[in-house]
Amino acid sequence: MSDVADRVKKIVVEHLGVEEDKVVENASFIDDLGADSLDTVELVMAFEEEFGIEIPDDAAETIQTFGDAVKFITEAS
Amino acid sequence: MFDLTGKCALVTGASGGIGGEIAKALHAAGATVGLSGTRVEPLEALATELGDRAHVLPCNLSDPEAVDALPKQAAEAMGSVDILVNNAGITRDQIFMRMSDDEWQSVLDVNLTSTMRLCRGVMRPMMKARWGRIINISSIVGATGNPGQANYAASKAGMVGLTKSMAYEVASRGITANAVAPGFIATAMTDKLTDDQKGKINAQIPAARMGAPEEIAAAVLYLASPEAAYVTGTTLHVNGGMAML
Repeated sequence: MSDVADRVKKIVVEHLGVEEDKVVENASFIDDLGADSLDTVELVMAFEEEFGIEIPDDAAETIQTFGDAVKFITEAS
Repeated sequence: MFDLTGKCALVTGASGGIGGEIAKALHAAGATVGLSGTRVEPLEALATELGDRAHVLPCNLSDPEAVDALPKQAAEAMGSVDILVNNAGITRDQIFMRMSDDEWQSVLDVNLTSTMRLCRGVMRPMMKARWGRIINISSIVGATGNPGQANYAASKAGMVGLTKSMAYEVASRGITANAVAPGFIATAMTDKLTDDQKGKINAQIPAARMGAPEEIAAAVLYLASPEAAYVTGTTLHVNGGMAML
């Protein structure tokens, strides 16, 4: 697994308090990992901080799954 | 009780009677204060009076870009914005049938839209800090209505709806959002009234007098304090019993 994916997974596990093995490619933050809409905003904030990037609101809305996040951040950073 | 040492508060309309007292009360409780308003002179005078922990942050609230920039300027000057007091407001009274688009829009822009923009601007750092206090100064007329003030009353009622919705969303993050609704408060504006006019007003108030700006400031201080952590989404009416809501 790439470095980006590891770091994203760490944030998701810490923030949502879920088991690491639940954080898989297609895991939806809201449907599978128990996030509410505010959690997703906070995850995006945490990603921005960790990777030193800016994720605009319209892009943030497309980040629904763990895989989406890794893909977006890999392309952006 | 009500110790704000180490907290930073941004107060809009700090050049006015009520806003100035709010800033003084928060400052006296130990907070660093950012004094915002359109008139620089009274802000500078207040900052001088307060001494340390006071920053002047002029802003024209009818300019959306300036409003959006204010939270960042405040955070740069003070280190953070832990407490936001949206106190600034304008009136452009007119009977409803004659009310122009401009009279409506300018009041909504300054009183309601700028409040929304400032709340939005401070929310992200407050979420990260897991602590925040938003206090929006509404008005008794937002709850009761007032002839000649359809625009003002709508903006003040709008602030209450905004406050409640925000309070729901961020309650789990240690952020509270509340409104304070003053009744008749003695300020430079009411000093101009004749004794006869004042008498008529006081006759409508069970406490039989106008409120003092300090009495609004005390309500704000409470809602800003750590002790008020469990109070959110409420409107604290400070009106001498004029409307018991």
